[in-house]
Amino acid sequence: MKITVDQDKCCGAGTCVLLAPDVFDQRDEDGIVVLLDSQPPAGLHALVHEAASVCPASAIAVSE
Amino acid sequence: MTLIVGASAAGLATAEALRRKGYTGRLTILGAEPHLPYDRPPLSKQVLSGTWEPAKAQLRPAEALAALDAEFVLGDPAVHLDVSERAVHTASGRVLKADNVVLATGLRPRTLPGQRTLRTLDDAVALRADLLKAKRAVVVGDGVLGAEIAATARQMGVAVTLAGPQQAPMALQLGPVVAELLAELHTAQGVDLRLGAAVTGVEDDGVLLETGEVLPADLVVVAFGSAPATDWLQDSGLVLGNGVVCDSRCRAADGIWAVGDVARWHHETLGRLVRLENRTNATEQAIAVAGNVLGADQPYTPVPYFWTDQFDAKIHVHGFVAPGASVVEGSLAERRFVVRYHRGGEVVGVLGWNMPKHARLHRQEITPSCRAPVAASTPSRA
Repeated sequence: MKITVDQDKCCGAGTCVLLAPDVFDQRDEDGIVVLLDSQPPAGLHALVHEAASVCPASAIAVSE
Repeated sequence: MTLIVGASAAGLATAEALRRKGYTGRLTILGAEPHLPYDRPPLSKQVLSGTWEPAKAQLRPAEALAALDAEFVLGDPAVHLDVSERAVHTASGRVLKADNVVLATGLRPRTLPGQRTLRTLDDAVALRADLLKAKRAVVVGDGVLGAEIAATARQMGVAVTLAGPQQAPMALQLGPVVAELLAELHTAQGVDLRLGAAVTGVEDDGVLLETGEVLPADLVVVAFGSAPATDWLQDSGLVLGNGVVCDSRCRAADGIWAVGDVARWHHETLGRLVRLENRTNATEQAIAVAGNVLGADQPYTPVPYFWTDQFDAKIHVHGFVAPGASVVEGSLAERRFVVRYHRGGEVVGVLGWNMPKHARLHRQEITPSCRAPVAASTPSRA
């Protein structure tokens, strides 16, 4: 799994952090997404896919 | 076969969630517009301002849509639902039958004849072209969409008047204190706020208020609300009432489900019917509906959330705004704060102004069983 985030699209909702806090975080100053782990272990893949789908700004892309 | 009626955020997210949860059957997504799924929040901001090309608002790249293994039938609005047959008839004469039908037709904006509004990508492109030529625009509507359009138009250099019946923009969604800060922001940025008076009509030279005053305009933009797109379901036999009325599983009838802006479902922890017009609900409800289509039998009980970006303000609201409020981070004077809302002993909502991460962290304090205050029962959009 390879994750990319588009900080230009991110709206700072933090939905991804609620789902997968080991993979995503937010910048303190403006809430924009920070990718903590672009290649997370298999056990987190389902949550990452859900985070990408639920992101209200469509800012997360996942490829296998 | 599963048929999803509506090819926007809620419809697409339902399809994605079905596949993620292991559904391997046929999947058809029917859309009224000719476009592949695109996102609506950027329409009033990045697309309208020209910061983004319209193509950037697409929700998924082509390869992700191909991987979904769904058939997209676009530019063909649904016109009738046969509930017992689970068959959808389209404007072009197609009849699509399915084991499960998911209704995701969203909203139709309320309009005034001959005036611009903003709901679709084509609307945004057309409105942008008009704004580039406009000298004085009047935005009719003081909710989220009207306030965002006013802010974007002002940043494009257009003289803007914002009209609406409330005392401050977005007062319903933000409560009086924060809405007043938003009013101050708009005023400081040069938006002429003409609030507190109902608009009674549009004349050749401007917008007519109930006071008899005319607000001069060479462009009028209407953003005074929308209604669930259920006109095509009037003769279906489904229970309609401010949306498609559903049970706690988002089920409207056997094998018929509703998701997103159009769905009014029984929220078990709030204990009443709820309909949410916000972007996050589209995807969160989609996941719940996909699960229930596949037999999960789970209630959908979200904490509502929306955001808005206007000028330099990023406002995030989790839960419900209530009269009891206290600042828990930052300060109002610095325009960087988190407000926590409570009713009785319960925290019912959190609002962040330029503190999105902190607002999200305080979201966990919202009482799961929070009951919505009446004043916040009108849904907001984001």
